[in-house]
Amino acid sequence: MYKTSIAVIGGGPAGLSAAIEAAKAGAQVVLIDENSRPGGQLFKQIHKFFGSKEHKAGVRGIDIGKQLLKEAQELGIEVWLNTEVCGIEQNKLLWAVKNKTESVQLLSERIVLATGAMENSIHFPGWTLPGVMGAGAAQTFINIHRVAPGKKVLMIGSGNVGVIVSYQLLQAGCEVTAIVEASPRLGGYGVHTAKVCRAGVPFYTSHTILRALGENKVEGAVIGRLNDKWEFIPGTEKVFEVDTICIATGLTPLAELAWIAGCKFKYIPELGGFVPLHDENMETTIQGIYVAGDITGIEEASSAMEEGRLAGINAAASLGFYSSKQKEKLCNEVRERLDALRQGPFGKMRRIKKQELITSRREIRCHQQQIV
Amino acid sequence: MNRIKHHIILEDLKEAKKVKIIVDGEEMEAYEGEMIAAALLANGRKQFRYTKKHHSPRGIFCGIGRCTDCIMTVNGVPNVRTCITPVEDGMVIETQKGVGEWKRGENGV
Repeated sequence: MYKTSIAVIGGGPAGLSAAIEAAKAGAQVVLIDENSRPGGQLFKQIHKFFGSKEHKAGVRGIDIGKQLLKEAQELGIEVWLNTEVCGIEQNKLLWAVKNKTESVQLLSERIVLATGAMENSIHFPGWTLPGVMGAGAAQTFINIHRVAPGKKVLMIGSGNVGVIVSYQLLQAGCEVTAIVEASPRLGGYGVHTAKVCRAGVPFYTSHTILRALGENKVEGAVIGRLNDKWEFIPGTEKVFEVDTICIATGLTPLAELAWIAGCKFKYIPELGGFVPLHDENMETTIQGIYVAGDITGIEEASSAMEEGRLAGINAAASLGFYSSKQKEKLCNEVRERLDALRQGPFGKMRRIKKQELITSRREIRCHQQQIV
Repeated sequence: MNRIKHHIILEDLKEAKKVKIIVDGEEMEAYEGEMIAAALLANGRKQFRYTKKHHSPRGIFCGIGRCTDCIMTVNGVPNVRTCITPVEDGMVIETQKGVGEWKRGENGV
């Protein structure tokens, strides 16, 4: 059995940031990721990030990833790759499988869960055909593996993922035939949407996909118009000859480990579904288990990094690596930056919903204290 | 070939060591260390397995090892997630039918 002070599960932007902060404080950290390389989904984000200078605005996700890896390396953080965490015991004993063959146990005083999210799908006849895939999957193939999923792509969903991936498909040399959006309004940031518009990609608002065509793989797609009750209007079908259909209809937190650990959850659709409750310090309803990033509400890499920092600072502080005064100073800086990220029409909703999460956590804590 | 060699933002594709993989008995070229799913896609293969009940084809879906749509039998081991499993020289990859079958081998399973 291995032992460490802080185990961070998930090596994406949130997990890396948590591990870096905890290591900076002086704690012994083990960072665990099931993939063969760390970075999570950062390395497929080749667009420039938003926010202020402190949020690394104007820097591409892929370069932020490189910076984080360098920092983690310089701090001497122990990284376990190809390692899947399968269970958490109550006394913070992790059970993991290394390289699909070796069963290992890791006893950790604190745990940070930063396991991210997975893409949602929508279901229509033919949605299981090869050639129908998540928009993020297509993004992984073009930007990391450098193989195009097809020549002609239909994008379902005009949110940020939909428009960003559409633009990156164009950059990779694919044709984006159209972007289909069920809502009457486009969902993505203006900057990204405008870039795809300027490239001449048509948008179909109040439209949805009806079916994918093809026997053994995608050979086409049929879309149709929706009325103001989101019902299909017969006779409005349009057929596109495409070999790939990308689905960009949101994400769901990957919170299995938080469920296994026994954390309390709340269903908040705006954050992506069931999310583990946490306090201002990212601590869940289980003492010593922290969460950060998409696991506790779908946002962006920028906010995931800030949440990771909060979790890392607090996990380390709870082990005595910082005085409460030092900790508060560091945390307040991070919280200010988080608030700055959660502004504007997109961020405001997230700020309200994250506050709801924290309030619910507080109520549970009060309730527990009354029982005691 | 649908490999993206030149890119407006990313550096040119680094030529990794070329290796051979055997897919359903057919020899294919792949780059060492790339994901099996990427190698198959680059070779024009989109169907990775067929479902147990309806024998309908499945391919790449989530690309990050979550959905298990792209599982295949690799070196005799079924249910291998090809989107997160790197290619090795001489790897034997087979289209998986249904839930796959474990071959009794040296591991004694």
